[in-house]
Amino acid sequence: MSKLIFEKSREGSNNFSLPPAEVPAADIKDSIPVSLLRETPADLPDVSEVETVRHFVDLSHRAFGVDNGFYPLGSCTMKYSPKINEWAVRLSGFAHLHPYQPVETVQGAMELLYNMQNLLAEITGMDALTLQPAAGAHGEMTGVMIIKAYHQQRNDHRRTKMMVPDSAHGTNPATANVVGFDVVEVKSNSRGLVDIEDLKNKMSPEVAGLMLTNPNTLGLFEEEIQDIAAVVHEGGGLLYYDGANLNAVMGISRPGDMGFDVVHLNLHKTFSTPHGGGGPGSGPVGVKSPLADYLPVPVVSEQGDKYVFDYNRPLSIGKVKTFYGNFGVIVKAYAYILALGAEGIKDASQQAVLNANYLRRQLQQDYHIPFDRLCKHEFIATAKRQMDESGVTTLDIAKRLTDYGFHPPTVYFPLIVKEALMIEPTETESRERLDDFVRAMGRIAEEARREPETVTGAPHNAAVKRVDEVTAARSPIVRWEG
Amino acid sequence: MKYTPNSPAVVKEMLDEAGFSSLDELFTDIPDTIKLKRELNLGPGRSEMEVGRELKTLAARNLNTDDYPCFLGAGAYDHYIPAALDQMLLRSEFYTAYTPYQAEISQGILQSIFEYQSMICLLTGMDVANASMYDGASALAEACALACANAKGEKVLLPDTVHPEYLQVLKTYAISGRMEIVTVPSRQGVCDQEQMLALIDQDTAAVVIQQPNFFGNLEQAPSLAEAVHQNKGYLIMAVDPISLAILKPPAEWGADLVVGEGQALGNSLSFGGPYLGFFAATKKFLRKIPGRIVGQTTDLEGKRAFVLTLQAREQHIRREKASSNICSNQALNALAATIYLTLAGKAGLQAIATRCHQLAVYAAGELEKAGLKLKYEEPFFREFAVLLDDPAGANRRLLKNGIIGGYELKDAMLLAFTEKRSKAEIDRLIAVLGGKA
Repeated sequence: MSKLIFEKSREGSNNFSLPPAEVPAADIKDSIPVSLLRETPADLPDVSEVETVRHFVDLSHRAFGVDNGFYPLGSCTMKYSPKINEWAVRLSGFAHLHPYQPVETVQGAMELLYNMQNLLAEITGMDALTLQPAAGAHGEMTGVMIIKAYHQQRNDHRRTKMMVPDSAHGTNPATANVVGFDVVEVKSNSRGLVDIEDLKNKMSPEVAGLMLTNPNTLGLFEEEIQDIAAVVHEGGGLLYYDGANLNAVMGISRPGDMGFDVVHLNLHKTFSTPHGGGGPGSGPVGVKSPLADYLPVPVVSEQGDKYVFDYNRPLSIGKVKTFYGNFGVIVKAYAYILALGAEGIKDASQQAVLNANYLRRQLQQDYHIPFDRLCKHEFIATAKRQMDESGVTTLDIAKRLTDYGFHPPTVYFPLIVKEALMIEPTETESRERLDDFVRAMGRIAEEARREPETVTGAPHNAAVKRVDEVTAARSPIVRWEG
Repeated sequence: MKYTPNSPAVVKEMLDEAGFSSLDELFTDIPDTIKLKRELNLGPGRSEMEVGRELKTLAARNLNTDDYPCFLGAGAYDHYIPAALDQMLLRSEFYTAYTPYQAEISQGILQSIFEYQSMICLLTGMDVANASMYDGASALAEACALACANAKGEKVLLPDTVHPEYLQVLKTYAISGRMEIVTVPSRQGVCDQEQMLALIDQDTAAVVIQQPNFFGNLEQAPSLAEAVHQNKGYLIMAVDPISLAILKPPAEWGADLVVGEGQALGNSLSFGGPYLGFFAATKKFLRKIPGRIVGQTTDLEGKRAFVLTLQAREQHIRREKASSNICSNQALNALAATIYLTLAGKAGLQAIATRCHQLAVYAAGELEKAGLKLKYEEPFFREFAVLLDDPAGANRRLLKNGIIGGYELKDAMLLAFTEKRSKAEIDRLIAVLGGKA
């Protein structure tokens, strides 16, 4: 069992030191009233540098990243993160810039932001773009706020509802709710696509818009997207593109050309910036020109021969974050787009879709594939057969996969498919890796038939056995208590 | 430079096996009318050397705080980052991992977050903390939304000594229609307690106090907690984590929710992001806090283990009823904060905070000796405002002297002092501001 850093604390072992004081070491009580001072220091750990380093190296050994192996998490686009991106973000001229430095001292950074706005606008087919949101869900929130502000500005106060398909990412309805909309769920049809009749019935003068992912979370392209757009637009609503699945269509079809009015992107998915164990990400938002005035401030613009921050935008929704966005993440994504160029970006999407279809075909033999037709960058398999035969669940299969050295796919999502395994291989996996994965999945299917307890008892090789989530939630311990 | 490993020959074989004749055939489900009939206008692909060269050129066109002493603060601080920290952040098991949904193979990340939550609790004195949020401002907005959802009223009162960008973010979040934001004019650079007390009523969901406030001043409004609690509202404090090494923890002020910008804890300035917002609360909010939380539990064999917990609060379960839509944290930035607090340690963090304060006190004294006046008379931590006729002009002169000056107010300049600043740098700053250089 690994000790907590607090349990490694030994008084006097930390030798951190500052340069000698060059100014009078006056007593802080002379300059700050005692009533404002802390009586006892925070009980932070007292650990030497070497033991600190070993502690975190040890923790890293019990983590699993894309660099450790195949990571087919559906809708998360766990592609390889090129190492030059990590080098670039650490350049002093990027890492050590204060956000309030005079704009003439950061023209290189400004040019990068300006170029990035344009590159992403080109890839999505949008007219204007903000880099401010810090994550996908944050981008969604920004985009939905823009939709709300647009209707309010036109004095159209009836539009209090937001439509969301039943296959949507969980953040979509949550976002609509936090921005103050009531959520109207739109059904999927038997082909896994938006049910146009249901959409028509639910579109009304009270509906502000529709939030859609295309391809959707089943990995299927919404083939009737133009009809969908027409229904929403004719009803006075706006169409929102959840960019989580953009990796399927770059250079092939652009959300702006599909009829979307607002788009958010996930630089940490589509544009290779690492997920960091949960963040930081970056969620830029692009809009068509009628919505450009509502973007958060500031927007980076060109003025003569220099780049400036434009704060003078009276219709702007305001700010969703301090400063200008997750600049460090943007630098990495910029390096990625530079490296790939137009052809490489398109190639990435093509290969992502090929890998998904290849894997779908190979898994057919052992697993139920509910929508077994041409998919985009991801597809759904299920544990239906295994459940019926031996009671082995999707969760069991996921845990068993880790014994074979694979990160499991996204599980139990989308909600409209039972026992779902949502598989997104990404373009950066070789055929050998995919074949290894297929073999492991095959063996697990075999185990489920012959020795199901091997699967239901998984994982066997991880740092811990299956963890007790129920107790964690029932009697929460969320901090070290000493 | 592409990162796709399959050769054209392998691609051909894979297409065959999957039953397709070409890559184009993989996209027949997309109507022709919406297909892009041209190449994207992104330019050609580039080799790694070319990408490196181009980025280096852009980076070189920025003045960086490694080469130029920087006296800017105003929400982002140029603290020293120990060398060991970045080495740990570069462990790619950490940085290329996803959110630790699969607990058994993510114990390292889960444990680091648990340690982070514990350290935030220790610094703030609060009972519980989440796994971090986007930044200080969005954490404040989430805290206000939480207060409004749990109080009777929807009024949020805050003095105009709160960071203006935090206020802007808060107002933007208020588009939800579920928060009424009321700013209260300050007096002498601190919250006007009398006026604030007069405004607190049954409709007040929260009072927000930033400590130290935007102007660097220390707020002293001891009666606010009691008044807001009497009205069944909440006290929210936005605090500076470095200052908490020496300043009274917000729990002792009676705060119910505590947020702050965590950048100063081992995260580089990075032109404003990525940073992290910390979020802590009293026990009663445990099941209502937005964002991720890691809990301690056991595995099947009774071994201690960690897991994402209390997820019923989250959007992927409650969907359209969720009170927050955040579904990530700033894990790597929180990891940096955890490593930073460990490398500095209990005594080290106190030494850093004390040094910052002493340098600021020294600078204030020297500025006064040089004939300049501070804008406020309040106690401060590591930042204060000095009156100047022409702050923009002063900054231009500083820049000519190789110094990145302070944050410009209308009639003053906000100057911040971290442990990185030397006496010589401060003396040079004062010589320029005092007209002697």
